[in-house]
Amino acid sequence: MRKKYWISLALLLVIPGLLFTVSCAKKTVKSEASVSEIQKSEAAKETVKETVKKEDTSAADKARAEAEALEKQRLEAERQRKLEEERLQAQKLREAQLEEERRQAEIAKKLEEAKKKVFLSELVLFDFDSSVLTPTAQDRLTRKAEWLKENAKASVIIEGHCDERGSNEYNLALGWRRAEAAKAFLVDLGVAATRMSTISYGEERPFSAGHYEGAWLQNRRAHFVLE
Amino acid sequence: MSRILTRIAGWVCIVLFLTGAEAIGADYDYINISNPFLKKIPIAVPVFKALNKSPAENSAAKSAADLLAQTLEYTGYFKIIDRAAFLVDPQDPSIDIPDIAFRNWTGIGAELLITGGILLENNMAEMELRLFDTIKAKLIVGKRYKGWSRDQRRIIQRFASDVIFSLTGDRGVFDSKIAFVSNGTGNKEVFICDFDGHSPRQVTQTNNITLSPAWSSDGKWLAYTAYTKGNPDLYIMNLEEKRGAVVSQKGLNMSPAWIPNQFTLAATLTFEGDPEIYMLTGSGKIIKRLTNNWGIDVSPSWSPDGKKMAFVSNRSGVPQIYIMDLYTGQTERLTFEGGYNTSPSWSPKGDRIAYAGMHSGKFDVYVITTDGQSLVQLTRDAGDNETPTWSPDGNLIAFSSTREGNSRIYVMTAYGTDQRRLLTLPGEQTAPSWSPRMMND
Repeated sequence: MRKKYWISLALLLVIPGLLFTVSCAKKTVKSEASVSEIQKSEAAKETVKETVKKEDTSAADKARAEAEALEKQRLEAERQRKLEEERLQAQKLREAQLEEERRQAEIAKKLEEAKKKVFLSELVLFDFDSSVLTPTAQDRLTRKAEWLKENAKASVIIEGHCDERGSNEYNLALGWRRAEAAKAFLVDLGVAATRMSTISYGEERPFSAGHYEGAWLQNRRAHFVLE
Repeated sequence: MSRILTRIAGWVCIVLFLTGAEAIGADYDYINISNPFLKKIPIAVPVFKALNKSPAENSAAKSAADLLAQTLEYTGYFKIIDRAAFLVDPQDPSIDIPDIAFRNWTGIGAELLITGGILLENNMAEMELRLFDTIKAKLIVGKRYKGWSRDQRRIIQRFASDVIFSLTGDRGVFDSKIAFVSNGTGNKEVFICDFDGHSPRQVTQTNNITLSPAWSSDGKWLAYTAYTKGNPDLYIMNLEEKRGAVVSQKGLNMSPAWIPNQFTLAATLTFEGDPEIYMLTGSGKIIKRLTNNWGIDVSPSWSPDGKKMAFVSNRSGVPQIYIMDLYTGQTERLTFEGGYNTSPSWSPKGDRIAYAGMHSGKFDVYVITTDGQSLVQLTRDAGDNETPTWSPDGNLIAFSSTREGNSRIYVMTAYGTDQRRLLTLPGEQTAPSWSPRMMND
């Protein structure tokens, strides 16, 4: 049925076309045309008709195939486009995820670094001629213990220091006491003693160079250094 | 005579006693022993006589006389009379009886007179030096020295020592040295200079923190603490042979003090968990623990007989000075004035202990009798004054002071008079330690 429809459609297009062409072409000579000529043309018309009919069939096939191919292509392209779109979207998502992960990792790293910085820079301070841990010193040591527990692989050296007043020798012993007091407190909080060593620098390595209480205050300290 | 020759064989010197000197006897009435610095003895030291009058000799005649005057002035016993006041011809000094007109010297207030003759020949120097009592118009000591020209300084010190001996019965400080810590190189290192600050030289190369130099009583060994290997270890070094031992117990190895006349020292160690004072051999082996008290025990200093040890302890809550009797084991607190007393130094005469005490935030040098009955403040209103150390004759005290800004080493008499800077070096100088006499008289 479909085939017939295609053929009749083709004929419908081709025949009037041909008729139109022939009649129009011969318009000027029509007046002088003889009957025989007309007969001839009639015969020719028949021949053409036959030929066209044959040609019509193959062209339709071809067109149909082409159309089919085109349609297939179109569908394929559509599919590809969709796939590409999906792929791009997935990639974007993944990149965003990675970016987010990276950002998170960076924040985590920065946080770790900040915590480490606090751990290393926060001084445990002492009163003049004393190795007794003040409440503030105990708070700071408690934070240090937390860090040490979070960073189980870290080993530290606890340096004991003094301000410049007093004899170098007495201060060397006092610095030793301060470092040992800090260590003992951390051991009590559950930090393994093997992870901590102590050294005294007495008044030899001041944190602040001034010769006034503001500087001395910072120099009477236990200072943590990573091993 | 033979003793002197052996003693000074190292620098080729011949000493002859010049005739005429009377034996002074046991009582030395020139210098008041109870406070020799209360009244300084006026002494004249004219330019020496150049015996050949060569230009080199003329110059040496003045420089040697100047050096002798400075050396004697350093002791704090003398007032050197300005040469501008002299009544005699400086170009042609009379150097011996009977040429000396003593009234020319008593006339300008000189109670003592030193004359000298100098002869320079072929790199050799010969000096005849005489000390006179101008009032009694008599020779107290006269000596002739011969040695290398470059050893003039030693000849002068030798004679200064003879002068002091003839006046006090003690050899003085002229053959002693002072060790101290200086950070001029960027690190604290131990330096040694002569008793008067002359010819300082660096003796450690630790390139790290170096502290607390301490002399053995024969002057051959120096113990000190250094962070050479990271930890404060105790180094015991032979100064001549550059050999020695290291005490590197866990923790602190610090504040050495040699026991007089023994190859033994005390030092603070913390390896047993508390800063305690131990007795060690000179080769660094622990003999025994001396203190046994929770708290800080540091800075030992021995009595001259080695039977007692002064040290710093905070067993009362703050650093104070204690004395331990080594034989009875008894420990008694010595200082009660002030809340921060450290750095005891036992005088060579045995009767007093110098230390650094803090009052109203300022450190000063104090001297206390060993029975704690008499306490004298020697420095005041002049920065922080710390780590006193006695000269071997017990007449001078060296200490560190920030009176001029940077910490430097100063010297004063045992009574706190005549405070002066010992030397000027780059950086800051701390922790002076006065050696014993290097020659054993």
